[in-house]
Amino acid sequence: MNRYLTQRIGFALLTLATLIVVVPILFVVVTIVVRGIGAISWEFISAMPRDGMKAGGIFPAIVGTLLLTVGTALVAIPIGVGGAIYLAEYARDTWLTRAIRLAIINLAGIPSVVYGLFGLGLFVLFLGFGTSILAGSLTLAIMTLPIIISAAEEALRAVPTEFRTVSASLGGTRWQGIRNIVLPQALPGIITGIILGLLRAAGETAPILFTVAAFFLPRLPHSLFDQTMALPYHLYVISTQVPGMPLQIQYGTALVLLTLVLSMNIMATMIRSYYRRRREW
Amino acid sequence: MAESRLPDRATKSLAMSRPGHFRFTEFAIEALIRVLGFSSIGFVLLIFLFLLREGVPVFFEVPLRDLFGTRWYPTFDLFGTLPLILGSLLVTVTAILIALPLGVATAVFVREVAPNWAREILKPMIEVLAGIPSVVLGFFGMTMIAPLIREVLGAPTGLTAFTGAVILAYMSLPTIISVAEDALDAVPKGYRDAALAMGATQWQTIWRVVVPAARSGIVMAVMLGMGRAIGETMAVMMVTGNAARMPLTLDSLFRPVRTMTATVAAEMGEVAQGSVHYHALFGIGIILFVMTFIINLVAATTIFKRRRRGGLR
Repeated sequence: MNRYLTQRIGFALLTLATLIVVVPILFVVVTIVVRGIGAISWEFISAMPRDGMKAGGIFPAIVGTLLLTVGTALVAIPIGVGGAIYLAEYARDTWLTRAIRLAIINLAGIPSVVYGLFGLGLFVLFLGFGTSILAGSLTLAIMTLPIIISAAEEALRAVPTEFRTVSASLGGTRWQGIRNIVLPQALPGIITGIILGLLRAAGETAPILFTVAAFFLPRLPHSLFDQTMALPYHLYVISTQVPGMPLQIQYGTALVLLTLVLSMNIMATMIRSYYRRRREW
Repeated sequence: MAESRLPDRATKSLAMSRPGHFRFTEFAIEALIRVLGFSSIGFVLLIFLFLLREGVPVFFEVPLRDLFGTRWYPTFDLFGTLPLILGSLLVTVTAILIALPLGVATAVFVREVAPNWAREILKPMIEVLAGIPSVVLGFFGMTMIAPLIREVLGAPTGLTAFTGAVILAYMSLPTIISVAEDALDAVPKGYRDAALAMGATQWQTIWRVVVPAARSGIVMAVMLGMGRAIGETMAVMMVTGNAARMPLTLDSLFRPVRTMTATVAAEMGEVAQGSVHYHALFGIGIILFVMTFIINLVAATTIFKRRRRGGLR
């Protein structure tokens, strides 16, 4: 067979495969937007659920997810960025460093439901936090760590070595160099990584199943030790556990969750591409 | 620009700092960073420890033979995990069989064939897929894909192992595509130039030179995709129908099935703490942890080997 014909067929197949991958993504997003948009109203996002969640809004679920995301951020950012600074700036290539990297790869691979079990075992029961925002945030934070560490380390490593040598040659200590020169330069990359980690935490259901999520709780949480509703879990509940749930409310909830997560995604992409273009090195 | 600005900043920070004053703070900060650096190891150990603490009792409460038996009926004190393990494997393997060709082809298309403008559209779209929460995909699978599959098959339900595999395939695609792309990226440009210079077409270069050279990276992509698929919980629980039966016949793919992750997620909420059932669910957690640990260990050693060889392949 003519080899140029083979090439044509080959490229056509590659294009076809790519379309099979990409078109359903569009289809999912468009379907959820089209079917869910009708449910969206001011009441839907600002009111308590009523009539066994079949009417009213999803306000407590939205607040719960935001609280969990903030809680996750407060724990995961310092640990993650600190860990990344250690790996990028201090660690030498020893077996211990390799063990850390192995641990990070494994943290990234542990199934989300296993994080849920761990959170139940350690935070809820052993430390006695109960099913609470505190327990949920800590569980989600540990799950988010590997994403933040990998992204932050990559951003730190991308800063050229000369920046550090120049700082040292002026008499700066290693930490001064990191604080004043390297960190500010790597900041956009680090922020991108943090957002990507947090959007994962905001969308996860399995880790919060046994650590914080409340089936139906039409009020806002009072303290860190309170349970709360959360968007992903709420979507799971109303689509599988409540018979006779109006489909539009289900799609509306899915749309709110999708909007939250995708807007974080777009924000991360924009920060990354903006600073990549402006970078002077 | 950059050269003129940076020394400025550094001198300023030096001028502001008093020697002797910052030395202790700095020592404390560096010590803290060191601790944070090691924390990942601590977390992995802590996770394993607490799974063991809550899960190990089951190995004493239920005879090992029954634990790997073929029936999982917790209400009758039957804790055979075999149907769950096989269920997980069936769904995962099918998902990878679907995702592997699609993922590698997409990676090759994006990296080697697509014009720049197409790449600019495709990459963010694949990132969008990676960002969609698993519960949203599960919901979509329940409401859109399951009815479709039910009609096509004429089966009583569309919540089957196959439905789960399709969703899982798409969930592991972003991982497979990005790792495979990195692998293609690492193939030296000289390989391509040499093939083209010898008169090979672009397709022959891709098919006979570039893809084979990226082989080990593609294997890693599959492993990581598999690790992602076997641990996926919500979407699988929502679309596979959750019947704990042994998937032994050929048509099990088109029947309801139950995975390990779904079992834990669905049953943990209603068990009494400290009961045999509770310990058994943590036992499944241990199995999941060990499985993903091994998968990632193998994938990681490939990465380390590649690093030591100097970035080739």
